[in-house]
Amino acid sequence: MMTEAIAELKGVSKNYAKVQAVKNIDLQINAGEVVALLGPNGAGKTTAISMLLGLLKPSAGEALLFGQKPQSTESRIRTGVMLQLSGIPDTLKVKEHIALYSSYYPNPLSLAETLELSNLTGLENRWYGKLSGGQKQRLHLALAMCGNPDLVFLDEPTTGLDVASRRSLWEQVRGFIDKGKTVVLTTHYLEEADALADRIVVINQGAIIADGTPSEIKAITADRKIRITSSLSPAQILAMQGVSSVKQDGVALEILTSQAERTVYNILQEDNNATGLEVTTAGLEDAFLALTQERKAA
Amino acid sequence: MNSGQVTQDKKRNIVNIYWLEAKYEFLKSLRLPVFALSTILFPTLFYMFFGLSFGQQDFGPVNSATYYFVSYGVFGVIGASLFGFGAGVAAERGQGWMRLKQASPMPPLAYFVAKLAMAAMFSTIIFLLLWLLGFLFGEVRLAALQLLSIWAIMVVGSLPFAAMGLAIGYAVGPNSAPAIVNLVYLPMAFASGLWIPIQALPEFLQKIAPFLAPYHLAQLAFSVINVDQGDSVLGHIIVLGIYTVLFLVIALILYKRDEGKTFG
Repeated sequence: MMTEAIAELKGVSKNYAKVQAVKNIDLQINAGEVVALLGPNGAGKTTAISMLLGLLKPSAGEALLFGQKPQSTESRIRTGVMLQLSGIPDTLKVKEHIALYSSYYPNPLSLAETLELSNLTGLENRWYGKLSGGQKQRLHLALAMCGNPDLVFLDEPTTGLDVASRRSLWEQVRGFIDKGKTVVLTTHYLEEADALADRIVVINQGAIIADGTPSEIKAITADRKIRITSSLSPAQILAMQGVSSVKQDGVALEILTSQAERTVYNILQEDNNATGLEVTTAGLEDAFLALTQERKAA
Repeated sequence: MNSGQVTQDKKRNIVNIYWLEAKYEFLKSLRLPVFALSTILFPTLFYMFFGLSFGQQDFGPVNSATYYFVSYGVFGVIGASLFGFGAGVAAERGQGWMRLKQASPMPPLAYFVAKLAMAAMFSTIIFLLLWLLGFLFGEVRLAALQLLSIWAIMVVGSLPFAAMGLAIGYAVGPNSAPAIVNLVYLPMAFASGLWIPIQALPEFLQKIAPFLAPYHLAQLAFSVINVDQGDSVLGHIIVLGIYTVLFLVIALILYKRDEGKTFG
């Protein structure tokens, strides 16, 4: 095999007191890939990343970074990390935070390079506590990149940012990706996964429910939702072309389909008394639902 | 591949990591008024009010300004360690900063050594400030060796309080940590005879004092100027050692419990 597994979860589960946050996940991330772990809040993304970082011990299975234990210094000096933080010490300057983190790594970027990559040039003497929300997030990103690691983990990198700051942060991440680095990010925004990643792994309720290129995943989530009251049975509609799921919701049926116009046409042809037609874009939640149900059915 | 990693690791300057970690820990704390002012100002003000402004009496071989220089000095260094570790660890744990550090290639010990170095620096500042005030306004005249001994006892002797702070830092949240530290710190200091000489305390407190760590640190420092209660020096060291180990174990247990608690 030409590909080198940089990060690996092998049959990994994580149980907390009451919930199983991760259920028997197998995941292999190869050199040069930009992988987004996409899923709703509480799906187990952060738990999965924490195990890859050696912050959590798997209840079962094995997590490996560069073929070694994630806690080993050898894997840590090749890895940069951005976690969900409520803050870092307010009374240190931008350049001081970067200098400290750079010192942990054998071949760090220069201060100037790090500042430029994270778009913080000119702010190096400002205290962290005096930065705006977007600037703080960019410094968290800078701390992940300043060591010039081969692999970077970004846990929900743009949560809480406005649209402009989010796009600006994407630019910085792209700048880093362009250096040929491997990136693993978690997000609950499909848009973000699509903007950055070349592979999307969809996680819901602790399990991987889809793994593919952004266009493959978008095709699944590009479904539209039809609500209609009809005398047809769910089974009849499910058999129609393009329909991926049918759910009874009160008197109405909720249908997920990749070909909304054709589905509506088909339904009306067989039941011209159908009423209450609504067609909307299916959200990620619907897509997760559809994927989960398919998985159960399979 | 293996040899490549070894050379990579060699290129990290471990000494530099420890140095920067300690330097920034100190700068960070010095710039934080709530920490810098309260740890330095409280013992200084107490010493000025209670140790210097009442005129001079004799405390055995020394005057009262000298006696209180040692007792408020001990009070001050205990505060620097308790707050540095207690409030500091609780805050950094609460922010998620500590998890990020754990995931980084920082040598894990560097975090704690930096905090110890920071507390030692603040202890030294408190020591020098009190001595200067005592020298100028209270006729505190101590030989260089005595001063050095008292300083060394204060800095090394604050270890059990660093351990105590660490346990508190892992036990409670960032918002309650400073209050909890004060609740432990102030009564413990009072009952150990750091504010009012132990002989002047109510009898029941005099009986409690030997169970408290600050009492033993104060007695060690007092022994340099011969105003201690006359207990065995080794006994004081053993009690302080037991306190250190006990709270390190508690901190470790709380740290293990903390793992994985912050997310789901």
